[in-house]
Amino acid sequence: MPQAASSEVAAAVADAHRREWAFVLAATVRVAGDIDAAEEAVQDAYASALATWGERGIPDKPGAWLTVAARHRALDMHRHAATEQRALPKLHGPEEYLPDGPGLDDEGIADDRLRLIFTCCHPALAFEAQVALTLRLLCGLSTADVARAFLVPEATMAARITRAKKKIAAAHIPYRVPPASELHDRIDGVLSVVYLVYTTGHTAPSGAQLMRTDLAERGLELARTLRALLPADPDVAGLLALILLTDARRDARLNEFHEQVLLEDQDRSRWDRRAIAEGVALLREALVSRPPGRFALMAAIAAVHDESGIWSDTDWREILGLYDLLMERWPSPVVQLNRAIALGFALGYAEGLAELDALGAEPQLARYPYLAAARGDFLARLGREEEARVAFQEALILADNEAERRSLRARMGALAGGSGQAGERGQRESPS
Amino acid sequence: MSKYLILIFQDEAATKQSEGEAISAPYQEFMQRRGASLLNGAALQSASTATSIRRDGSGGHSVTDGPFAESKEVLGGYFLIEAADLDEALEIAKEVPAGIGVEVRPVRMVS
Repeated sequence: MPQAASSEVAAAVADAHRREWAFVLAATVRVAGDIDAAEEAVQDAYASALATWGERGIPDKPGAWLTVAARHRALDMHRHAATEQRALPKLHGPEEYLPDGPGLDDEGIADDRLRLIFTCCHPALAFEAQVALTLRLLCGLSTADVARAFLVPEATMAARITRAKKKIAAAHIPYRVPPASELHDRIDGVLSVVYLVYTTGHTAPSGAQLMRTDLAERGLELARTLRALLPADPDVAGLLALILLTDARRDARLNEFHEQVLLEDQDRSRWDRRAIAEGVALLREALVSRPPGRFALMAAIAAVHDESGIWSDTDWREILGLYDLLMERWPSPVVQLNRAIALGFALGYAEGLAELDALGAEPQLARYPYLAAARGDFLARLGREEEARVAFQEALILADNEAERRSLRARMGALAGGSGQAGERGQRESPS
Repeated sequence: MSKYLILIFQDEAATKQSEGEAISAPYQEFMQRRGASLLNGAALQSASTATSIRRDGSGGHSVTDGPFAESKEVLGGYFLIEAADLDEALEIAKEVPAGIGVEVRPVRMVS
Protein backbone atom coordinates (compact mmCIF):
# COMPACT_ATOMS: atom_id res chain seq x y z
CA MET A 1 0.00 0.00 0.00
CA PRO A 2 1.37 3.42 -0.88
CA GLN A 3 2.06 5.72 2.00
CA ALA A 4 0.94 9.31 1.83
CA ALA A 5 2.68 12.39 3.18
CA SER A 6 1.02 13.81 6.27
CA SER A 7 0.38 17.16 4.59
CA GLU A 8 -1.38 15.38 1.73
CA VAL A 9 -3.45 13.35 4.16
CA ALA A 10 -4.40 16.44 6.15
CA ALA A 11 -5.45 18.21 2.94
CA ALA A 12 -7.44 15.18 1.77
CA VAL A 13 -9.23 14.88 5.12
CA ALA A 14 -9.99 18.61 5.15
CA ASP A 15 -11.32 18.38 1.60
CA ALA A 16 -13.43 15.34 2.46
CA HIS A 17 -14.75 17.21 5.47
CA ARG A 18 -15.90 20.11 3.34
CA ARG A 19 -17.37 17.99 0.56
CA GLU A 20 -18.56 14.82 2.19
CA TRP A 21 -19.55 15.66 5.76
CA ALA A 22 -23.27 15.76 5.08
CA PHE A 23 -23.21 12.60 2.91
CA VAL A 24 -21.35 10.67 5.59
CA LEU A 25 -23.50 11.97 8.42
CA ALA A 26 -26.77 11.37 6.57
CA ALA A 27 -25.75 7.80 5.79
CA THR A 28 -24.77 7.22 9.42
CA VAL A 29 -27.80 8.72 11.19
CA ARG A 30 -30.04 5.83 10.19
CA VAL A 31 -27.63 3.24 11.53
CA ALA A 32 -26.94 5.17 14.71
CA GLY A 33 -30.62 5.98 15.24
CA ASP A 34 -29.64 9.18 16.98
CA ILE A 35 -28.12 12.39 15.64
CA ASP A 36 -25.65 12.90 18.48
CA ALA A 37 -24.34 9.35 18.23
CA ALA A 38 -24.07 9.69 14.46
CA GLU A 39 -22.08 12.92 14.79
CA GLU A 40 -19.73 11.26 17.24
CA ALA A 41 -19.24 8.28 14.93
CA VAL A 42 -18.55 10.56 11.96
CA GLN A 43 -16.03 12.58 13.95
CA ASP A 44 -14.31 9.34 14.94
CA ALA A 45 -14.22 8.26 11.29
CA TYR A 46 -12.53 11.51 10.24
CA ALA A 47 -10.04 11.14 13.09
CA SER A 48 -9.18 7.57 12.09
CA ALA A 49 -8.84 8.68 8.44
CA LEU A 50 -5.95 10.92 9.47
CA ALA A 51 -4.06 7.91 10.88
CA THR A 52 -5.14 5.21 8.43
CA TRP A 53 -4.72 7.16 5.19
CA GLY A 54 -1.16 8.02 6.21
CA GLU A 55 -0.32 4.31 6.47
CA ARG A 56 -2.37 2.90 3.62
CA GLY A 57 -2.68 5.80 1.25
CA ILE A 58 -5.66 8.02 0.44
CA PRO A 59 -8.61 5.94 -0.82
CA ASP A 60 -10.09 6.49 -4.26
CA LYS A 61 -13.46 7.31 -2.79
CA PRO A 62 -12.83 9.11 0.51
CA GLY A 63 -16.55 9.63 1.08
CA ALA A 64 -17.36 5.93 0.77
CA TRP A 65 -14.42 5.02 3.03
CA LEU A 66 -15.56 7.52 5.67
CA THR A 67 -19.16 6.31 5.44
CA VAL A 68 -18.18 2.68 6.00
CA ALA A 69 -15.92 3.66 8.90
CA ALA A 70 -18.58 5.89 10.50
CA ARG A 71 -21.28 3.22 10.14
CA HIS A 72 -19.06 0.57 11.72
CA ARG A 73 -18.31 2.93 14.56
CA ALA A 74 -22.03 3.69 14.97
CA LEU A 75 -22.87 -0.02 15.05
CA ASP A 76 -20.17 -0.61 17.67
CA MET A 77 -21.60 2.17 19.78
CA HIS A 78 -25.08 0.77 19.23
CA ARG A 79 -24.09 -2.70 20.42
CA HIS A 80 -22.25 -1.22 23.35
CA ALA A 81 -25.31 0.79 24.32
CA ALA A 82 -27.54 -2.26 23.89
CA THR A 83 -25.40 -4.33 26.25
CA GLU A 84 -25.59 -1.53 28.76
CA GLN A 85 -29.34 -1.57 28.25
CA ARG A 86 -29.38 2.16 28.06
CA ALA A 87 -32.68 3.59 26.92
CA LEU A 88 -31.65 5.73 23.97
CA PRO A 89 -34.22 7.97 22.38
CA LYS A 90 -34.36 6.86 18.78
CA LEU A 91 -35.00 8.54 15.50
CA HIS A 92 -37.98 7.04 13.80
CA GLY A 93 -37.52 6.24 10.16
CA PRO A 94 -38.37 3.55 7.68
CA GLU A 95 -35.41 1.47 8.81
CA GLU A 96 -34.40 2.10 12.35
CA TYR A 97 -31.67 -0.42 12.68
CA LEU A 98 -29.85 -2.07 9.86
CA PRO A 99 -27.27 -4.65 10.95
CA ASP A 100 -25.82 -4.82 7.45
CA GLY A 101 -26.77 -1.40 6.27
CA PRO A 102 -27.97 -0.74 2.75
CA GLY A 103 -25.46 -0.61 -0.08
CA LEU A 104 -23.56 2.59 -0.56
CA ASP A 105 -25.37 3.30 -3.76
CA ASP A 106 -25.73 6.98 -4.59
CA GLU A 107 -29.49 6.81 -4.51
CA GLY A 108 -29.60 5.51 -0.94
CA ILE A 109 -27.26 8.24 0.23
CA ALA A 110 -29.20 10.87 -1.69
CA ASP A 111 -32.34 9.74 0.13
CA ASP A 112 -30.53 9.95 3.44
CA ARG A 113 -29.39 13.49 2.75
CA LEU A 114 -32.91 14.52 1.85
CA ARG A 115 -34.20 12.92 5.05
CA LEU A 116 -31.58 14.83 7.04
CA ILE A 117 -32.53 18.14 5.41
CA PHE A 118 -36.21 17.65 6.20
CA THR A 119 -35.41 16.59 9.76
CA CYS A 120 -33.29 19.69 10.36
CA CYS A 121 -35.99 21.92 8.85
CA HIS A 122 -39.01 20.34 10.57
CA PRO A 123 -41.61 23.04 11.34
CA ALA A 124 -41.83 21.80 14.95
CA LEU A 125 -38.36 23.35 15.45
CA ALA A 126 -37.86 27.10 15.84
CA PHE A 127 -36.66 28.73 12.62
CA GLU A 128 -33.30 29.75 14.14
CA ALA A 129 -32.83 26.17 15.30
CA GLN A 130 -33.59 24.93 11.78
CA VAL A 131 -30.90 27.21 10.37
CA ALA A 132 -28.40 26.29 13.08
CA LEU A 133 -28.97 22.55 12.66
CA THR A 134 -28.69 22.82 8.88
CA LEU A 135 -25.35 24.60 9.14
CA ARG A 136 -24.11 22.22 11.80
CA LEU A 137 -25.32 18.91 10.37
CA LEU A 138 -25.53 19.50 6.62
CA CYS A 139 -22.65 21.91 6.19
CA GLY A 140 -20.43 20.50 8.93
CA LEU A 141 -19.80 23.95 10.41
CA SER A 142 -18.58 23.97 14.00
CA THR A 143 -20.89 25.38 16.65
CA ALA A 144 -18.46 28.30 17.03
CA ASP A 145 -18.74 29.07 13.29
CA VAL A 146 -22.53 28.90 13.35
CA ALA A 147 -22.55 31.23 16.37
CA ARG A 148 -20.24 33.68 14.59
CA ALA A 149 -22.41 33.65 11.46
CA PHE A 150 -25.48 34.62 13.48
CA LEU A 151 -23.82 36.99 15.91
CA VAL A 152 -24.72 35.16 19.07
CA PRO A 153 -22.38 33.91 21.80
CA GLU A 154 -21.14 30.36 21.25
CA ALA A 155 -22.79 29.18 24.46
CA THR A 156 -26.14 30.47 23.23
CA MET A 157 -25.77 28.68 19.91
CA ALA A 158 -24.60 25.47 21.61
CA ALA A 159 -27.68 25.57 23.85
CA ARG A 160 -29.94 26.20 20.85
CA ILE A 161 -28.49 23.25 18.92
CA THR A 162 -28.63 20.95 21.95
CA ARG A 163 -32.22 21.91 22.60
CA ALA A 164 -33.21 21.23 18.99
CA LYS A 165 -31.50 17.83 18.97
CA LYS A 166 -33.20 17.00 22.25
CA LYS A 167 -36.57 17.88 20.81
CA ILE A 168 -35.92 15.73 17.73
CA ALA A 169 -35.20 12.78 20.00
CA ALA A 170 -37.80 13.39 22.73
CA ALA A 171 -40.71 14.28 20.48
CA HIS A 172 -39.75 11.64 17.90
CA ILE A 173 -39.46 13.98 14.98
CA PRO A 174 -39.24 11.47 12.15
CA TYR A 175 -36.17 11.01 9.98
CA ARG A 176 -37.99 10.97 6.67
CA VAL A 177 -39.04 12.95 3.67
CA PRO A 178 -42.64 14.11 4.10
CA PRO A 179 -45.27 12.44 1.94
CA ALA A 180 -46.19 14.11 -1.33
CA SER A 181 -49.31 15.66 0.19
CA GLU A 182 -47.20 17.61 2.70
CA LEU A 183 -44.09 18.12 0.62
CA HIS A 184 -45.23 21.41 -0.83
CA ASP A 185 -45.69 23.04 2.59
CA ARG A 186 -42.55 21.57 4.03
CA ILE A 187 -40.24 22.40 1.12
CA ASP A 188 -40.93 26.10 1.58
CA GLY A 189 -39.32 26.03 5.03
CA VAL A 190 -36.31 24.13 3.72
CA LEU A 191 -35.84 26.64 0.89
CA SER A 192 -36.14 29.56 3.33
CA VAL A 193 -33.38 28.09 5.48
CA VAL A 194 -31.07 27.55 2.50
CA TYR A 195 -31.81 31.06 1.20
CA LEU A 196 -31.01 32.54 4.63
CA VAL A 197 -27.71 30.66 4.72
CA TYR A 198 -26.89 32.18 1.32
CA THR A 199 -27.98 35.76 2.08
CA THR A 200 -26.10 35.79 5.39
CA GLY A 201 -22.99 35.01 3.35
CA HIS A 202 -23.85 37.37 0.50
CA THR A 203 -23.94 40.42 2.75
CA ALA A 204 -22.67 39.69 6.23
CA PRO A 205 -24.90 41.24 8.91
CA SER A 206 -21.81 42.83 10.48
CA GLY A 207 -18.05 42.71 10.54
CA ALA A 208 -15.27 44.05 8.36
CA GLN A 209 -16.02 41.99 5.26
CA LEU A 210 -18.93 42.63 2.91
CA MET A 211 -19.35 38.90 2.27
CA ARG A 212 -18.94 35.65 4.15
CA THR A 213 -17.84 33.69 1.11
CA ASP A 214 -17.82 30.39 3.00
CA LEU A 215 -21.49 30.76 3.94
CA ALA A 216 -22.49 31.93 0.46
CA GLU A 217 -20.82 28.85 -1.00
CA ARG A 218 -22.52 26.57 1.53
CA GLY A 219 -25.87 28.08 0.56
CA LEU A 220 -25.13 27.53 -3.13
CA GLU A 221 -24.02 23.94 -2.46
CA LEU A 222 -27.18 23.23 -0.46
CA ALA A 223 -29.36 24.65 -3.23
CA ARG A 224 -27.50 22.47 -5.76
CA THR A 225 -27.99 19.45 -3.52
CA LEU A 226 -31.72 20.09 -3.28
CA ARG A 227 -31.88 20.50 -7.03
CA ALA A 228 -30.16 17.15 -7.53
CA LEU A 229 -32.51 15.51 -5.04
CA LEU A 230 -35.76 17.15 -6.20
CA PRO A 231 -35.15 17.88 -9.89
CA ALA A 232 -38.82 18.32 -10.78
CA ASP A 233 -39.69 20.92 -8.12
CA PRO A 234 -40.10 24.39 -9.66
CA ASP A 235 -39.53 26.16 -6.32
CA VAL A 236 -36.19 24.39 -5.91
CA ALA A 237 -35.26 25.44 -9.47
CA GLY A 238 -36.31 28.99 -8.57
CA LEU A 239 -34.11 29.13 -5.48
CA LEU A 240 -31.05 27.75 -7.28
CA ALA A 241 -31.67 30.20 -10.14
CA LEU A 242 -31.91 33.11 -7.68
CA ILE A 243 -28.69 32.15 -5.91
CA LEU A 244 -26.79 31.63 -9.18
CA LEU A 245 -28.03 34.89 -10.69
CA THR A 246 -27.10 36.80 -7.53
CA ASP A 247 -23.81 35.04 -6.97
CA ALA A 248 -22.74 35.66 -10.58
CA ARG A 249 -21.95 39.26 -9.55
CA ARG A 250 -19.81 38.28 -6.57
CA ASP A 251 -16.40 39.23 -8.00
CA ALA A 252 -17.60 42.64 -9.16
CA ARG A 253 -19.00 43.62 -5.76
CA LEU A 254 -15.62 44.55 -4.33
CA ASN A 255 -12.90 46.80 -5.74
CA GLU A 256 -9.17 46.34 -5.26
CA PHE A 257 -9.40 48.16 -1.90
CA HIS A 258 -12.02 45.65 -0.71
CA GLU A 259 -14.67 48.35 -0.81
CA GLN A 260 -18.23 47.70 -1.82
CA VAL A 261 -19.07 48.53 -5.43
CA LEU A 262 -22.77 49.18 -5.96
CA LEU A 263 -24.66 47.59 -8.82
CA GLU A 264 -24.62 50.74 -10.94
CA ASP A 265 -20.84 51.00 -10.84
CA GLN A 266 -19.94 47.34 -11.21
CA ASP A 267 -17.68 46.18 -14.03
CA ARG A 268 -20.16 43.90 -15.75
CA SER A 269 -17.43 42.10 -17.66
CA ARG A 270 -16.52 40.53 -14.31
CA TRP A 271 -19.92 38.96 -13.91
CA ASP A 272 -19.88 35.18 -14.23
CA ARG A 273 -21.58 34.54 -17.59
CA ARG A 274 -21.70 30.79 -17.07
CA ALA A 275 -23.55 31.16 -13.77
CA ILE A 276 -25.94 33.62 -15.42
CA ALA A 277 -26.66 31.22 -18.30
CA GLU A 278 -27.27 28.36 -15.88
CA GLY A 279 -29.49 30.57 -13.70
CA VAL A 280 -31.56 31.79 -16.65
CA ALA A 281 -32.12 28.21 -17.87
CA LEU A 282 -33.29 27.19 -14.38
CA LEU A 283 -35.48 30.28 -14.17
CA ARG A 284 -37.35 29.17 -17.29
CA GLU A 285 -38.14 25.89 -15.56
CA ALA A 286 -39.16 27.65 -12.36
CA LEU A 287 -41.53 30.02 -14.17
CA VAL A 288 -43.51 27.05 -15.48
CA SER A 289 -45.43 26.85 -12.20
CA ARG A 290 -48.54 29.00 -11.98
CA PRO A 291 -48.54 31.29 -10.15
CA PRO A 292 -44.74 31.60 -10.09
CA GLY A 293 -43.14 31.07 -6.69
CA ARG A 294 -41.44 33.84 -4.76
CA PHE A 295 -37.92 32.61 -5.44
CA ALA A 296 -38.65 32.38 -9.17
CA LEU A 297 -39.92 35.99 -9.15
CA MET A 298 -36.85 37.21 -7.26
CA ALA A 299 -34.67 35.26 -9.69
CA ALA A 300 -36.48 36.91 -12.61
CA ILE A 301 -35.65 40.33 -11.12
CA ALA A 302 -31.99 39.32 -10.72
CA ALA A 303 -32.01 38.08 -14.33
CA VAL A 304 -33.22 41.45 -15.65
CA HIS A 305 -30.18 43.09 -14.01
CA ASP A 306 -27.79 40.35 -15.14
CA GLU A 307 -28.94 40.57 -18.74
CA SER A 308 -28.61 44.36 -18.99
CA GLY A 309 -25.33 45.13 -20.75
CA ILE A 310 -25.06 48.50 -19.03
CA TRP A 311 -26.83 50.08 -16.04
CA SER A 312 -28.70 52.64 -18.16
CA ASP A 313 -30.29 49.79 -20.16
CA THR A 314 -31.90 48.30 -17.06
CA ASP A 315 -35.56 47.63 -17.78
CA TRP A 316 -37.02 49.15 -14.61
CA ARG A 317 -40.61 48.85 -15.79
CA GLU A 318 -40.13 45.11 -16.16
CA ILE A 319 -38.57 44.99 -12.69
CA LEU A 320 -41.44 47.03 -11.24
CA GLY A 321 -43.95 44.63 -12.80
CA LEU A 322 -42.12 41.68 -11.26
CA TYR A 323 -42.15 43.38 -7.85
CA ASP A 324 -45.91 43.88 -8.20
CA LEU A 325 -46.27 40.11 -8.72
CA LEU A 326 -43.89 39.45 -5.82
CA MET A 327 -46.02 41.69 -3.58
CA GLU A 328 -49.01 39.46 -4.29
CA ARG A 329 -47.02 36.33 -3.57
CA TRP A 330 -44.86 37.59 -0.70
CA PRO A 331 -46.10 40.88 0.77
CA SER A 332 -43.29 41.86 3.12
CA PRO A 333 -41.97 45.31 4.07
CA VAL A 334 -38.59 44.46 2.48
CA VAL A 335 -40.27 43.61 -0.83
CA GLN A 336 -42.25 46.88 -0.55
CA LEU A 337 -38.98 48.75 -0.05
CA ASN A 338 -37.37 47.19 -3.10
CA ARG A 339 -40.50 47.81 -5.12
CA ALA A 340 -40.42 51.50 -4.14
CA ILE A 341 -36.82 51.74 -5.37
CA ALA A 342 -37.72 50.10 -8.67
CA LEU A 343 -40.68 52.47 -8.97
CA GLY A 344 -38.36 55.45 -8.48
CA PHE A 345 -36.14 54.34 -11.36
CA ALA A 346 -39.09 53.39 -13.57
CA LEU A 347 -41.38 56.39 -13.01
CA GLY A 348 -39.31 59.13 -11.41
CA TYR A 349 -37.22 59.78 -8.28
CA ALA A 350 -39.89 61.97 -6.66
CA GLU A 351 -42.48 59.19 -7.01
CA GLY A 352 -40.00 56.69 -5.61
CA LEU A 353 -39.23 58.97 -2.67
CA ALA A 354 -42.94 59.35 -1.89
CA GLU A 355 -43.26 55.54 -1.80
CA LEU A 356 -40.24 55.27 0.48
CA ASP A 357 -41.58 57.96 2.82
CA ALA A 358 -44.84 56.04 3.10
CA LEU A 359 -42.83 53.05 4.34
CA GLY A 360 -41.26 55.05 7.16
CA ALA A 361 -43.95 53.91 9.58
CA GLU A 362 -43.27 50.18 9.01
CA PRO A 363 -41.98 48.90 12.35
CA GLN A 364 -40.11 46.06 10.63
CA LEU A 365 -38.06 48.58 8.67
CA ALA A 366 -37.31 50.84 11.64
CA ARG A 367 -33.83 49.39 12.09
CA TYR A 368 -33.24 48.50 8.43
CA PRO A 369 -30.45 50.69 7.03
CA TYR A 370 -31.44 50.20 3.37
CA LEU A 371 -34.58 52.33 3.73
CA ALA A 372 -32.59 55.36 4.89
CA ALA A 373 -29.88 54.68 2.27
CA ALA A 374 -32.47 54.51 -0.52
CA ARG A 375 -34.07 57.77 0.67
CA GLY A 376 -30.64 59.41 0.70
CA ASP A 377 -30.06 58.22 -2.83
CA PHE A 378 -33.30 59.59 -4.28
CA LEU A 379 -32.90 62.86 -2.35
CA ALA A 380 -29.40 63.28 -3.77
CA ARG A 381 -30.65 62.59 -7.30
CA LEU A 382 -33.31 65.24 -6.75
CA GLY A 383 -30.63 67.72 -5.67
CA ARG A 384 -31.87 67.89 -2.06
CA GLU A 385 -28.38 67.42 -0.66
CA GLU A 386 -28.93 68.53 2.93
CA GLU A 387 -31.80 66.06 3.38
CA ALA A 388 -29.76 63.39 1.61
CA ARG A 389 -26.95 63.92 4.11
CA VAL A 390 -29.33 63.41 7.04
CA ALA A 391 -30.70 60.20 5.46
CA PHE A 392 -27.24 58.76 4.81
CA GLN A 393 -26.27 59.65 8.38
CA GLU A 394 -29.28 57.66 9.61
CA ALA A 395 -28.30 54.68 7.44
CA LEU A 396 -24.76 54.89 8.82
CA ILE A 397 -26.07 54.64 12.38
CA LEU A 398 -28.07 51.52 11.53
CA ALA A 399 -25.53 49.70 9.33
CA ASP A 400 -23.22 47.21 11.04
CA ASN A 401 -21.25 45.96 8.07
CA GLU A 402 -17.99 47.91 7.77
CA ALA A 403 -17.82 47.64 3.96
CA GLU A 404 -21.33 49.07 3.67
CA ARG A 405 -20.47 51.80 6.17
CA ARG A 406 -17.44 52.85 4.08
CA SER A 407 -19.65 53.01 1.02
CA LEU A 408 -22.18 55.21 2.85
CA ARG A 409 -19.41 57.53 4.08
CA ALA A 410 -18.09 57.88 0.54
CA ARG A 411 -21.53 58.89 -0.70
CA MET A 412 -21.84 61.48 2.05
CA GLY A 413 -18.37 62.78 1.20
CA ALA A 414 -19.35 63.19 -2.43
CA LEU A 415 -22.37 65.23 -1.35
CA ALA A 416 -20.19 67.63 0.65
CA GLY A 417 -18.04 68.17 -2.44
CA GLY A 418 -21.20 69.43 -4.10
CA SER A 419 -20.39 67.59 -7.32
CA GLY A 420 -23.94 66.29 -7.48
CA GLN A 421 -22.59 62.96 -8.74
CA ALA A 422 -22.62 61.49 -5.33
CA GLY A 423 -25.24 59.15 -4.12
CA GLU A 424 -26.43 57.87 -7.41
CA ARG A 425 -26.64 54.34 -6.15
CA GLY A 426 -29.30 53.48 -3.69
CA GLN A 427 -30.60 50.21 -4.91
CA ARG A 428 -29.80 47.02 -3.15
CA GLU A 429 -28.32 44.38 -5.33
CA SER A 430 -30.93 41.79 -4.70
CA PRO A 431 -34.21 41.60 -2.92
CA SER A 432 -34.24 39.61 0.25
CA MET B 1 -44.97 3.94 19.39
CA SER B 2 -44.80 7.03 21.58
CA LYS B 3 -47.28 8.76 23.80
CA TYR B 4 -48.27 12.39 23.41
CA LEU B 5 -50.52 14.64 25.42
CA ILE B 6 -52.70 16.96 23.38
CA LEU B 7 -53.61 19.98 25.50
CA ILE B 8 -56.71 21.74 24.27
CA PHE B 9 -56.83 25.51 24.67
CA GLN B 10 -59.98 27.53 24.60
CA ASP B 11 -61.14 31.04 25.07
CA GLU B 12 -62.28 31.48 28.69
CA ALA B 13 -65.67 32.75 27.53
CA ALA B 14 -66.21 29.67 25.36
CA THR B 15 -65.50 27.26 28.21
CA LYS B 16 -68.08 28.89 30.43
CA GLN B 17 -70.66 28.65 27.72
CA SER B 18 -70.12 24.94 27.12
CA GLU B 19 -70.25 23.95 30.80
CA GLY B 20 -72.61 21.15 31.52
CA GLU B 21 -73.27 20.39 27.88
CA ALA B 22 -72.94 16.98 26.33
CA ILE B 23 -69.83 16.22 24.24
CA SER B 24 -70.26 18.25 21.09
CA ALA B 25 -70.80 16.52 17.77
CA PRO B 26 -67.41 17.53 16.29
CA TYR B 27 -65.66 16.00 19.31
CA GLN B 28 -67.73 12.84 19.12
CA GLU B 29 -66.84 12.54 15.47
CA PHE B 30 -63.14 13.08 16.18
CA MET B 31 -63.13 10.51 18.98
CA GLN B 32 -64.81 7.96 16.78
CA ARG B 33 -62.44 8.56 13.89
CA ARG B 34 -59.28 8.49 15.98
CA GLY B 35 -60.44 6.05 18.62
CA ALA B 36 -57.60 3.63 17.92
CA SER B 37 -55.01 6.25 18.89
CA LEU B 38 -56.79 7.70 21.92
CA LEU B 39 -55.68 6.33 25.28
CA ASN B 40 -57.48 8.79 27.51
CA GLY B 41 -59.06 12.19 27.48
CA ALA B 42 -61.27 14.57 29.40
CA ALA B 43 -62.86 17.98 29.32
CA LEU B 44 -62.06 20.26 32.24
CA GLN B 45 -64.31 22.57 34.21
CA SER B 46 -63.68 26.24 33.54
CA ALA B 47 -60.38 27.80 34.63
CA SER B 48 -62.23 29.80 37.28
CA THR B 49 -62.77 26.55 39.18
CA ALA B 50 -59.02 25.86 39.31
CA THR B 51 -56.99 25.96 42.50
CA SER B 52 -53.24 26.43 42.37
CA ILE B 53 -50.79 25.08 44.89
CA ARG B 54 -47.26 26.48 45.01
CA ARG B 55 -44.38 25.36 47.16
CA ASP B 56 -43.42 28.24 49.40
CA GLY B 57 -39.78 27.20 49.55
CA SER B 58 -39.72 26.39 53.26
CA GLY B 59 -41.49 23.04 53.16
CA GLY B 60 -45.04 24.38 53.09
CA HIS B 61 -47.54 25.22 50.39
CA SER B 62 -49.58 28.23 49.47
CA VAL B 63 -53.01 27.52 48.09
CA THR B 64 -54.62 30.14 45.88
CA ASP B 65 -57.69 30.53 43.75
CA GLY B 66 -57.31 30.37 39.97
CA PRO B 67 -55.19 28.67 37.30
CA PHE B 68 -51.39 28.49 37.46
CA ALA B 69 -50.88 30.97 34.64
CA GLU B 70 -53.46 33.71 34.15
CA SER B 71 -54.28 34.08 30.49
CA LYS B 72 -57.18 34.41 28.11
CA GLU B 73 -56.27 31.07 26.59
CA VAL B 74 -57.14 28.44 29.16
CA LEU B 75 -56.65 24.72 29.26
CA GLY B 76 -60.02 23.21 28.49
CA GLY B 77 -59.27 19.51 28.18
CA TYR B 78 -56.83 16.94 26.97
CA PHE B 79 -56.29 13.75 25.06
CA LEU B 80 -53.58 11.22 25.74
CA ILE B 81 -52.69 9.57 22.45
CA GLU B 82 -50.32 7.02 21.02
CA ALA B 83 -48.59 7.68 17.70
CA ALA B 84 -45.67 6.39 15.66
CA ASP B 85 -43.88 9.74 15.64
CA LEU B 86 -44.45 13.48 15.95
CA ASP B 87 -45.79 13.79 12.40
CA GLU B 88 -48.56 11.27 13.09
CA ALA B 89 -49.30 12.95 16.44
CA LEU B 90 -49.60 16.31 14.68
CA GLU B 91 -51.94 14.82 12.10
CA ILE B 92 -54.23 13.61 14.88
CA ALA B 93 -53.92 16.86 16.82
CA LYS B 94 -54.91 18.91 13.76
CA GLU B 95 -58.23 17.09 13.76
CA VAL B 96 -59.14 18.08 17.32
CA PRO B 97 -61.98 20.59 16.91
CA ALA B 98 -60.45 22.89 19.53
CA GLY B 99 -61.54 26.49 20.04
CA ILE B 100 -58.17 28.24 19.85
CA GLY B 101 -55.76 25.40 19.21
CA VAL B 102 -53.81 22.65 20.84
CA GLU B 103 -50.35 22.00 22.20
CA VAL B 104 -48.73 18.63 21.60
CA ARG B 105 -46.24 17.38 24.16
CA PRO B 106 -44.36 14.10 24.11
CA VAL B 107 -44.86 12.15 27.30
CA ARG B 108 -41.62 11.44 29.10
CA MET B 109 -40.99 7.79 29.68
CA VAL B 110 -39.96 7.15 33.24
CA SER B 111 -38.45 3.77 33.90
